[in-house]
Amino acid sequence: MNQVVEFLVSAAILVGGVFALVGSIGLARLPDFYLRLHGPTKATTLGVGGTILASLLFFSWREQALQLQEVLIALFLFITAPVSAHMLAKAAMHRELKRREDTRGRPWKQ
Amino acid sequence: MSRLLPFPMLSLLLWLSWLLLNGFSWGHGLLGLVLAVVLPLGTRPFWPNVPRLRDFLKLVRFVLVVHWDIITANLVVARLILGSPRKLRPAFVEMPLELTDDFAITLLTSTISLTPGTVSADVSEDRRTLLIHALDMDDEAALVAQIKQRYERPLKEIFEC
Repeated sequence: MNQVVEFLVSAAILVGGVFALVGSIGLARLPDFYLRLHGPTKATTLGVGGTILASLLFFSWREQALQLQEVLIALFLFITAPVSAHMLAKAAMHRELKRREDTRGRPWKQ
Repeated sequence: MSRLLPFPMLSLLLWLSWLLLNGFSWGHGLLGLVLAVVLPLGTRPFWPNVPRLRDFLKLVRFVLVVHWDIITANLVVARLILGSPRKLRPAFVEMPLELTDDFAITLLTSTISLTPGTVSADVSEDRRTLLIHALDMDDEAALVAQIKQRYERPLKEIFEC
């Protein structure tokens, strides 16, 4: 495989992997539920984005034709991820989960 | 025309996704076309009134801006997560909404949730206020102004609602 393409694919996989890892670290170490909600939004955007870009480049190069199936993964994810985050936040407010004491503003009664 | 294709953009999107999933060929082009007409008709009662798209170029610009923001915000948030959690200044923020249309509000809340650092948590019953949770907020007015200027105003122009 062409070295330039190989380099680009590796770079995209690395970027994707690093951001997915950072998102997971956030999920593990942030102090309350609402803060932990922020972790996965990273993993689903740049994390998956980098992996998808790598796959797209790799298969387009191997088949010598533009392969765009991966774009659909990003599209469906962008449609569904915010909805699940929204529902999780609403559920958390409904159960009146604890938030860190220094959180400004207050959640709504559900 | 409008009775056969109530949501032309949705039909186009469905057709393109079918082709992307199954490969470009005449057979799938025709099958996809049938699905692109039948699916919106069958699911019509589930859709709120989708506003008309007024400005396609502005929509493209909006999508590019959002992607750029996702990348830059990711870097900022990655540093926040790896740094000390004690330094975070979390906050719930209430943002008054100018958009009136359900579909446009959905797009705005999705955009807010996708850009790292903010998650939309709830929309008030009367669709006038949006509750946002921020990971690290410096100034409430600045955050609201930024969201309004970068996302809400373009959406308002794109759909004219």
